Amino acid sequence: MRYPKSGRRLASVCLLLCLTLGLTALPGCARRGDKAAGSITLAGSTSVQPFAEMLAEECARKYPDRPPVNVQGGGSSAGARAALSGTAHIGMLSREPAESEKELEPTVIAIDALALIVHRDNNVVDLTKEQIRGIFSGRITDWGELGGTPGPIHVISREEGSGTRGAFDELIMGGEDVMARAIVQDSNGAVRETVAGDPRAIGYVSLGLVDDRVRAVKVDGVEASVESVRSREYILVRPFLFVVKGDPTPEAKEFLDFVLSEEGQRILSEEGLVTEER
Amino acid sequence: MNRKEKFAEVVLTVVGLTSVAVLALIIFFIFREGAPFFAEVGLGSFIGGTKWSPGKGQFGVLPMIAGSFFVTLGALVIGVPLGLGCALYLSEFAPKRTAAILKPLIEILAGIPSVVFGFIGLTVIVPLIRDRLGGPGFSVLASALVLGIMILPTMVSISYDALRAVPQVYREGMLAVGANRWQAVTSVVLPAARSGILAAGILSMGRAVGETMAVIMVAGNATIIPGSVLDPVRTLTSNIALEMGYAAGLHRQALFATGVVLFVIIGALNIVARSFVRNRVR
Amino acid sequence: MAPSSGTDGAYGPGALKRPKRSPGRFGMALVQGCAVLTVAVLVFIIGYVMVKGARVMTPGFLLGSPEKMGREGGIFPSIVGTVSLTLASVIIAAPLGIGTAVFLTEYTQEGLFSRIVRFGTESLAGIPSIIFGLFGFLFFVIRLGMGWSILSGSLTLAAMMLPTIVRTSEEALRSVPDVYKETAYALGASRWQTVASVVLPTAMPGIVTGVILAMGRAVGETAAVIFTAGSSLRLPKSIFDPVRTLPVHFYILAREGISIENAYGTAAVLLSAVLLVDFAAYYILHRISKKRPVARR
Repeated sequence: MRYPKSGRRLASVCLLLCLTLGLTALPGCARRGDKAAGSITLAGSTSVQPFAEMLAEECARKYPDRPPVNVQGGGSSAGARAALSGTAHIGMLSREPAESEKELEPTVIAIDALALIVHRDNNVVDLTKEQIRGIFSGRITDWGELGGTPGPIHVISREEGSGTRGAFDELIMGGEDVMARAIVQDSNGAVRETVAGDPRAIGYVSLGLVDDRVRAVKVDGVEASVESVRSREYILVRPFLFVVKGDPTPEAKEFLDFVLSEEGQRILSEEGLVTEER
Repeated sequence: MNRKEKFAEVVLTVVGLTSVAVLALIIFFIFREGAPFFAEVGLGSFIGGTKWSPGKGQFGVLPMIAGSFFVTLGALVIGVPLGLGCALYLSEFAPKRTAAILKPLIEILAGIPSVVFGFIGLTVIVPLIRDRLGGPGFSVLASALVLGIMILPTMVSISYDALRAVPQVYREGMLAVGANRWQAVTSVVLPAARSGILAAGILSMGRAVGETMAVIMVAGNATIIPGSVLDPVRTLTSNIALEMGYAAGLHRQALFATGVVLFVIIGALNIVARSFVRNRVR
Repeated sequence: MAPSSGTDGAYGPGALKRPKRSPGRFGMALVQGCAVLTVAVLVFIIGYVMVKGARVMTPGFLLGSPEKMGREGGIFPSIVGTVSLTLASVIIAAPLGIGTAVFLTEYTQEGLFSRIVRFGTESLAGIPSIIFGLFGFLFFVIRLGMGWSILSGSLTLAAMMLPTIVRTSEEALRSVPDVYKETAYALGASRWQTVASVVLPTAMPGIVTGVILAMGRAVGETAAVIFTAGSSLRLPKSIFDPVRTLPVHFYILAREGISIENAYGTAAVLLSAVLLVDFAAYYILHRISKKRPVARR
């Protein structure tokens, strides 16, 4: 008869699967804080993430025998914590380490500039630091006050805790709050997409992300460029850091060397970051 | 055979407790991370505070509670009538074959990932609102529209079941005394299915409150109490998702505390819904 | 829109020929409009995604690896990641969920114990996905040291699928006619024997449908997955590797504006998978319910 066998078989199969899964899970439990042998994990700033991914891709292409590199987002703070706790080999930060993160060894991989972007049809080309602060704090609300076509200003910002937002707060806002009414997007790319689609929007993104659908505004008369960033004439700059706790593992060190090599630095500067003079 | 019986019973009892175990774990971990926050900052200033500025140590979630409230309200205003109307049509007025095709089709709506809804909301609805109605486009209205559509399958499905559960005699009785189909439905069938439909509404409300990804994309995430449907807004779930990755210390605890608040709200909603479902006319 | 074409049996054959001046015509048109609107929205969404995604649908896209963070190349690792994550979740959730349902229907009376279990299950059903994500992150990724991995992700997703599977399995089990069980007991079968040989197989189509539908919903999950399975673009080699599932990939591509075209392609693949899974579930249920009197979902 068909019925008895199928029922019993089903039950035993299910039990077997549970046991198998349980057994495979055990090594995971024992592995507190370890990663799959041989691979490298990077975690941290979503601003640095795309660049790290590109470096990982290039590295894998050039050196296929090297262990794979996994890149996670999560934000600068999460990255620092991951590096401290051992969840990640390397933490990615888009700001200087905080007091609680002093234990970590930082390596500057490139300098990133923050660009103030507006829609490409927006005719405002230059803003002073005070004007930018006024816009983002909500004191200046109309484009007409800035010499542009009159209309309400739509302010786009990043979420609290993001390295990009932290840099913006520090470099421009100087203690004043970004207005609560500001639209908040959760990544550089999202900010750019929003500004690209709204003629009245203004936002800030990593310089490397500026494309031809948005325009970067001059800050205090200075246009963002490789030269003005290197010379720090352009004031909205921040470091991109890879941080390690203590000494890096040999595989991590290999990757770090690749990133700092001429090849790695070339990749970064091609994508819009500013690398130190060689 | 007796040993086998015992074994099966033990295994099944243990298995049966998994849900409870998981629930207990979740409650434990979330509350453990969030509770210290309440001790530090206090429930009143958390729930009543209007300024959310973690960098400055300000943790008022009132704007987010308002945000969740208005967005959910809007979603219900859009989704409940539409869903109920649809369920009515399928259950009472549609030809059997049409209903048989349409119902599974609508349940497929439930399978569309929320990010797809959110993205279409972002590329279609937000610009539409911005160009035609003003404001930045990211708004309560946009969120309500997207969420309203997302709760449709739940609303249609459960209302349909509630309507189908109404005994045939009710309809036949009305027709026998000379009423037409519409009168029969509105005066007898609908009221009879009332509690089931209410349950559908409340469950849909739970879904709307808990949705995260789609809302992040279209709501604007501004930490203000919205003054109009065109204002940008931030919900409790978006608050957690946006800042969790970066948060540390008190900020992180605040986000878990937000999770606790969410948990309590949805738990209450579910208990209310369940009490209605129990009273459903069989 | 004349309301005279059927609903066979619901109102009897004589109910249809009413004079047109009846006040219900507007109401009936209204609800029909609701249904039309609902279906229209559904068709629009699916059509929009499919049409925009069709442009990039080449075998290379499906089998290739992403390049330049997804700007070019394919989505193969995401497809593999999605499949493995979903399968793993089902393998964990199905036995647990079905077992719980069996426990609730066959092994307990309506007492305090069963109420506790039921409370647990139904409460889980209402918890938003982001809370599951937080929990999975705290517990599986950090506490148990599993890191961002298929393992962490599938355990979290399994917890999310549990209530749905319990609910649908219970329904299926309850629909098994009592006669079947009574006959088995009358023949001297024990409780487990009855369950295993009679109740479960009869309810199987309904149970399977429920599992498949829960699976379809888990495929689209995003928030919980990002927090637990990560977002690495690499092809996963074991369950300890992180994955970037299709919805996560879609989200990142679309939001960052990396490649709108590829985003739609990803969404189209995802949508097709979900639709396929849903249709399969309904088909199974339809075919098997034709063969024998069986538990209706």
